[in-house]
Amino acid sequence: MATIEVRGLTKQFGDGPPAVDHIDLASEDGEFLVLLGPSGCGKTTLLRMIGGLETPTEGDVLIGGRVVTHLPPRARKIAMVFQSYALYPHMSVYDNIAFPLKAQRLPKEEQRKKVAWAASILGIEQFLNRKPRQLSGGQRQRVALARALVREPNVFLLDEPLSNLDAQRRASARDELQQFQRSIGTTTIYVTHDQVEAMGMGDRIAVIDRGRIRQIGTPKEIYDDPADTFVATFLGTPPMNLVERDGLIFGFRPEHFTPANGSHSDDVVRFQFVVHREEYLGSERLLYGEIGSAKAVARFPATTDVELRIGQPVEYVVARRHLKFFNPRTGERTRD
Amino acid sequence: MTAIAEQQRVWQREERRAGWRRAGKRGLLYTVATLFALFAAIPFAWMVFTIFKQNTDLYNGKNNPFLYNDPPTLDNIRLLFNQTNYTTFVVNTIFVAALVVVITLIAAVPAAYALTRLTGRWGESLGIAIFLVYLVPPTLLFIPMTRIVAELGLKNSRWSMVVVYPTFTIPFCTWLLMGFFKSIPWDIEEQAMIDGYSRLGAIVRAVIPVSLPGILTVIAFSVAMTMHEFVYALAFVTSSSEKTVSIGVTTELIRGDVFFWQSLMAAAAIVAIPVALIYTLFLDRFIQGFTLGAVKG
Ligand SMILES: Nc1ncnc2c1ncn2[C@@H]1O[C@H](COP(=O)(O)OP(=O)(O)OP(=O)(O)O)[C@@H](O)[C@H]1O
Ligand SMILES: [Mg+2]
Repeated sequence: MATIEVRGLTKQFGDGPPAVDHIDLASEDGEFLVLLGPSGCGKTTLLRMIGGLETPTEGDVLIGGRVVTHLPPRARKIAMVFQSYALYPHMSVYDNIAFPLKAQRLPKEEQRKKVAWAASILGIEQFLNRKPRQLSGGQRQRVALARALVREPNVFLLDEPLSNLDAQRRASARDELQQFQRSIGTTTIYVTHDQVEAMGMGDRIAVIDRGRIRQIGTPKEIYDDPADTFVATFLGTPPMNLVERDGLIFGFRPEHFTPANGSHSDDVVRFQFVVHREEYLGSERLLYGEIGSAKAVARFPATTDVELRIGQPVEYVVARRHLKFFNPRTGERTRD
Repeated sequence: MTAIAEQQRVWQREERRAGWRRAGKRGLLYTVATLFALFAAIPFAWMVFTIFKQNTDLYNGKNNPFLYNDPPTLDNIRLLFNQTNYTTFVVNTIFVAALVVVITLIAAVPAAYALTRLTGRWGESLGIAIFLVYLVPPTLLFIPMTRIVAELGLKNSRWSMVVVYPTFTIPFCTWLLMGFFKSIPWDIEEQAMIDGYSRLGAIVRAVIPVSLPGILTVIAFSVAMTMHEFVYALAFVTSSSEKTVSIGVTTELIRGDVFFWQSLMAAAAIVAIPVALIYTLFLDRFIQGFTLGAVKG
């Protein structure tokens, strides 16, 4: 077990803005830390620098408190699962899993035991003699995880390991992966651009945009207390509504945006909401429309009846405690 | 009911038509395949029949080349082995081919790897530039090459071919291997480095085994090129004991205007048939290799 820390880590490819820009990040021991951000924001680059596959332009990587910035990958005792799984196509599943053990020159008998152990944890004993091409996507993922597990690494680095699976497989794989991590308790850094994955799996989430960390926190903190408008709009489907008013940006979640129904409470802020379109999603309904010229969405459980008047302004309210305020110039949160 | 019966009839008709079309397609396929097989096999058959013919049989234009009108004979093979240095030619060919393969692999594998992996955009253009070198024909190059061979003191030695043949096998094979390496995902190599190997270790354990079809293709090409190369061998080597098969038999079994056809055919068949067999045994790998290289190259 070990912690991972990066200090002022920067990677510049050619000229142009750096792919990773002075990132500071520290995991706790045994933590499941998710790196979340849009495509091209530098998640993979950050992970590869931690793994030693990319040399940082600046900054340091520490594993278990030791600076490993200049050590090759093999000296870092890490396991990494690539997006493509990177199974060795010419080897059987058994040989794939045993590969890191061969590199350690472990005696054959011990290799066999460890492979059997890893294979039983991931439930792939029956595939050991197959070649990777004879496996489904989900099975390949488990082989890749078994290969990562078998050397009992200090840390796991996972780069979008579920993105090759279809939506249904993905939900169950998410569950399996999380249980697996909990049971072995190895510090894990998990890269994804899927917020559902991030929210569902992470102990903490680091939201990254254009090579910088915008916010680190538990899924609840990130969702309820976004540090800036980027985080506020990146998480949540649909995202937080942002409306400019009185020289501030007012932010509120669609689920907190409800019709006034003639109430006169002082604890609320009122908006004139013009609905353009309704979306019925089975368990919930989404109303798309505008407040002034800003787009906004309201969200209701499908069980509530909401009177719909398309195209006409209706008074909607948000409770004050659900409002967040942002600086319109910087996008940063201004403390209320 | 009539509607249903009508429908059934239409279906049956359609099915019959589809059946005919399938049969037609299959027939065409077999015809073409048979023609190709014959096209490839007839020269070999002709060769083999010729080897055992007596002169009186062979030189009578009215005789069917695929039948023995006079009894078959082994004299021609005896002539090949007793009156020429054929065994030496074969040994020399194997010697030169083996060394050329080794030299080619030592140079082309790292070169192709570096060009595909480490030089970014430049790799591609450099690869093409290297391939262009291969296109300069030996008929142009043998004059300067002769000087180089002489300077190296290798004139009239089989070593001259060992030194010169890689000048065309390396560029071609480098280019060929680049196609293979390009098709191998980076990930595998990086995974091997994560799994505990150095870059070199990762190349040896992960990249080379995956590119085995490519490497076999390269070996086959180098051997084939060595076996049929003629111009350099003719220019550099004159003594019988240093010749390879390609010039040995053509210089020693064509004396003035006398062609020892049967022995020539025997000489060619004895080396060609084993090579053809090896190719066939590895055919799957080869086809995989060729298509991989073709698509990506
Ligand atoms: N080897 C490289 N050479 C040059 N630029 C690179 C290289 N690798 C990544 N980049 C650039 O760095 C930026 C970050 O890339 P990175 O792969 O880390 O993004 P990502 O967050 O993993 O995106 P995705 O979610 O699409 O995988 C991108 O703009 C990319 O074009
Ligand atoms: Mg990525």
